[in-house]
Amino acid sequence: MPYTPHTAEETQAMLDVIGVKTIEDLFADIPADMRPKSFDLPQGLSEMETCAYFEKLAGKNNTDLVSFLGAGFYNHYIPKAIDNLVGRGEFYTAYTPYQPESSQGTLQAIFEFQTAVCNLLEMDAANASVYDGGFAIFEAMMMAVRAGRKRKKIVIDESVNPFYREMVDTYTDNIDVDIVVVPHADGLSNLDALKAAIDSDCAAVVVQNPNFFGNVQDFTELFEHAHANKAAGIISVYPVMQSVMKTPGEMGADIAVAEAQSLGQPLSFGGPYLGVMACTKKMIRQLPGRIVGRTEDVDGKTGYVLTLQAREQHIRRAKATSNICSNQGLCALRALIHMSLLGPEGLIRTAELSMERAHYLADRLTMIDGVELLNDAPFCNEFAIRLPINAEDAIEALMDKGFVTGYPAGRAYEGMDNVLLVACTELHSFEQIGVFTELLGGIL
Amino acid sequence: MKTLFAQSVPGRTACLPPKPEERAERFLPKELMRAKRPVLPEVSELDVVRHFTRLSTLNYSVDSNFYPLGSCTMKYNPKYTEYVASLPGYTTPHPALPQLPKGAQFTQGSLQTMYEAEEMLCELTGMEAFTSQPMAGANGELTGALLIAAYHKHKGNKKTKIICPDAAHGTNPASAVLAGYEVVNIESKDGIVDPEALEAVLDDSVAAVMMTCPNTLGLFESHLPTIVEKLRRVDALLYYDGANFNAIMGKMRIGDVGFDVVHLNVHKTLATPHGGGGPGAGPVGVSERLVPFLPTHRPAKAEDGTYYLDTDLPLSIGHVSPFYGSFAVMLKAYAYMVLLGGEGLTQATERAVLNANYMRKRLENHLYIPYNRICMHEFVASASKLQDECGVRALDLAKGLLEKGHHAPTIYFPLIVKECLMFEPTETESKETLDGFLDDLIDLIETAKKDPEALFSAPHNTPVRRLDETKAAREMVLTDEV
Repeated sequence: MPYTPHTAEETQAMLDVIGVKTIEDLFADIPADMRPKSFDLPQGLSEMETCAYFEKLAGKNNTDLVSFLGAGFYNHYIPKAIDNLVGRGEFYTAYTPYQPESSQGTLQAIFEFQTAVCNLLEMDAANASVYDGGFAIFEAMMMAVRAGRKRKKIVIDESVNPFYREMVDTYTDNIDVDIVVVPHADGLSNLDALKAAIDSDCAAVVVQNPNFFGNVQDFTELFEHAHANKAAGIISVYPVMQSVMKTPGEMGADIAVAEAQSLGQPLSFGGPYLGVMACTKKMIRQLPGRIVGRTEDVDGKTGYVLTLQAREQHIRRAKATSNICSNQGLCALRALIHMSLLGPEGLIRTAELSMERAHYLADRLTMIDGVELLNDAPFCNEFAIRLPINAEDAIEALMDKGFVTGYPAGRAYEGMDNVLLVACTELHSFEQIGVFTELLGGIL
Repeated sequence: MKTLFAQSVPGRTACLPPKPEERAERFLPKELMRAKRPVLPEVSELDVVRHFTRLSTLNYSVDSNFYPLGSCTMKYNPKYTEYVASLPGYTTPHPALPQLPKGAQFTQGSLQTMYEAEEMLCELTGMEAFTSQPMAGANGELTGALLIAAYHKHKGNKKTKIICPDAAHGTNPASAVLAGYEVVNIESKDGIVDPEALEAVLDDSVAAVMMTCPNTLGLFESHLPTIVEKLRRVDALLYYDGANFNAIMGKMRIGDVGFDVVHLNVHKTLATPHGGGGPGAGPVGVSERLVPFLPTHRPAKAEDGTYYLDTDLPLSIGHVSPFYGSFAVMLKAYAYMVLLGGEGLTQATERAVLNANYMRKRLENHLYIPYNRICMHEFVASASKLQDECGVRALDLAKGLLEKGHHAPTIYFPLIVKECLMFEPTETESKETLDGFLDDLIDLIETAKKDPEALFSAPHNTPVRRLDETKAAREMVLTDEV
């Protein structure tokens, strides 16, 4: 059933108006030798049967695991009002707001989202979002390359999420941009080595805070050094922790990006997620994607429009700042409603509850013989520990007991086969942490 | 309407988590903490609910209005797909779980879903394999261009250009440039790609040609076989922009007619909601010669019937998204395909084309239609003659339609038709809806001739009237400073 309302009589009446005999006459332009060689698709199902099929498939996923797996993607609490509001058809089934008179709901929501992002990161301007945190890093790099004129080198810290660095490698493979990776030092950004890598060909330096190992650092001096060498400072952050951490604005970053999955988006096996991009006034014209601005209508009434569209593909085509078209509209709306329901205090509490659990877990785990923290630097809700055995083996051993131990750092870093990344959020109970610690202790 | 920031009252709260025992100062030294709390709305839950409910009512949407936006395929989005995507079995799993030792066994449902969805897309399009990783149509284009680059690099071909017809979507040239190519535009003849114009720019440096079929004028590219043959001679690949795929389901398969790469916009053809600007998904299908280059971590089926992620892909271009793309969006698209089946999908295409031709025919005596012949799922009209007659432009007609409660068609695209209005009714609209819209549009055209001023000042009854875009660009107020 294709959700079409046409009765046989109506179809005939329409064909009569068009002046053809059959529906097939409308496809006469497609010659016989271009028709499908096969079209072996299953029979359609009723809605009832379809839902039953997917209930069965979804049931093949386990939802009872207790998971300490993070790696940049976290299971935070999602207030129930979000689904209800975002599910409204007026938001759900509208197009990109090209006609502002009939899209003020979407436009004002994006404007408020931009405001929330700028306030959280203490940056001047934000766009309506890009696909995810990794793509945001790539777009930020391209902003810096364009702003840096002939500069082609991007210096990226190795402790930036390896999932994102892999994406960056893919996207830059066929373009004239050199990616220079500066090795981490025991899980921390090597600030001196990063500084040394910034030369007259460098367009930007890219760091992450907290980094992949969960550690928190100050990049103010690094960005000052970058500016002195006419390079841009790009920082990738974690929105929940940003409620308490020193901001990109305070550190003097030129572009701040984030994966905002932690703001109201379920993990959903990888997406859709939400890439956030914000920048200083100086960089606004390099921002990719949709940007909403406030203005007035002919009667002087306040309204909102897509602005600075001359950067975009539908106007500039080959000369656009990016090819991005649709962004993550509903995900941005979810994030905005999430931040509004939690407010500043709620977001800070979420960060603190997560930190408190992670530190409790770290204290317990390091009491086990042979287990130690990778370094002494501050961390928030995720941290790296060195185990006496291979981290993959530890993960495998606990998987059968219903616990996801964490992420094995050896997947992305040489010489770290025994290093495990463990994450907590406000949704972990102290009891779960206790059981987990005992189980892990039991196999070491 | 006041922003939520402007409604903020210090100390007011909504969904507050329990009070932590320790504050952040215990874990972070002062120099690593922010100096001031973030300025976010301090409001009650009712404030939030009322604010966003009211905002939503300021939008036109498919659920509330006819939305004949050309090239956007604003069809009805069936509600059960939302239910399917919200099943906890689907929303819960962490994407890195199946990559861990013994982790795949706990995510068999998601892996099977991805595998089956890609299989079904292959049969629907005639492509050899699909990847669900690209996160939107434009991201699919970029992925496609990267696959093309990887293919040529592997073969040792020196390619620097991608050819785009003048009727192409703006994303095509933008994606080609982002992937490192120089773009060559070619002019259309009689509304479709001209093989001679193509021949004139075709040489060994051409990596690919990007085509939309039917094209953005709603016309079938009838020189396709000739074009395929020409490209083979210089080992150039043929790219299919799937934006208009709703016009050919069951009538033609992209793989059968010689395309090498295709992206589909699932929020168009496969009925996932557009959401006021995403999230989308842009699955990419390839012909046999491009399969080895697909993004890594491909869902696969083992001999024992279990599902896993294949990472043994030495020629893969790598990752285009952190994991497997917009999983939940692809899930909705797959649920739509399962319900419709082959017959239903074909019928969707047939009725989309029926509706477009019906509209075209009813409009032909009222508005100039530059390529007035049987069209596919959309067609293009022009207000240029009306403008000559009374000064009323495509923009004015669009605003007049808004006033009458319809969404406007796409205007000023494609760029090759002056004062362009592009109509795409989709298959889910009834004859009464189309008639109601057409009556209003014809009425507007008549009004324009008698009283053009009425259209210049439209709309009058929308939440806001025509907005000052110059002021917005000049003043750049991009955040609410309360």
